[in-house]
Amino acid sequence: MDLRGKKVIALGERDGIQGEAIGKVAKSAGAEVVLEVTHCFV
Amino acid sequence: MKRTAEKAGTEDLIVLLGTPNADSTELYAITMTEGDPAWAGALAGVALGLPVYHVTENEVKSQVDPDIYDEEIGIAEMVLEIDEIRESAKSVRDRVAAATT
Repeated sequence: MDLRGKKVIALGERDGIQGEAIGKVAKSAGAEVVLEVTHCFV
Repeated sequence: MKRTAEKAGTEDLIVLLGTPNADSTELYAITMTEGDPAWAGALAGVALGLPVYHVTENEVKSQVDPDIYDEEIGIAEMVLEIDEIRESAKSVRDRVAAATT
């Protein structure tokens, strides 16, 4: 799996890793983030 | 998510998860590949077939900027049950791959 050039849906969770953080690391690998969300199940 | 997949197309689209445990990782991964197992919501019966990885998996971690990874993910990685989470994501991918070959 090569992240460069891929489109990424970043599905974060408040009790785990937030979507914004996932988006930042995905972009650092050359991916395009098309959706970034952080769910909360409290 | 369904709208995003339809708009972006599924060819070069992947899902990165930040779920906090193995159970939620499995649930999200199944939902994004085979459709919502609870048959509730927009993804009920919708098999998007997207590759799903947890952001802490080595396939992802090895490709990202290590400084940004440490800054954004490092602390969470220390407290989450990473081995179980990684195994959970991989098991869903393996199952989907086996079902489609």
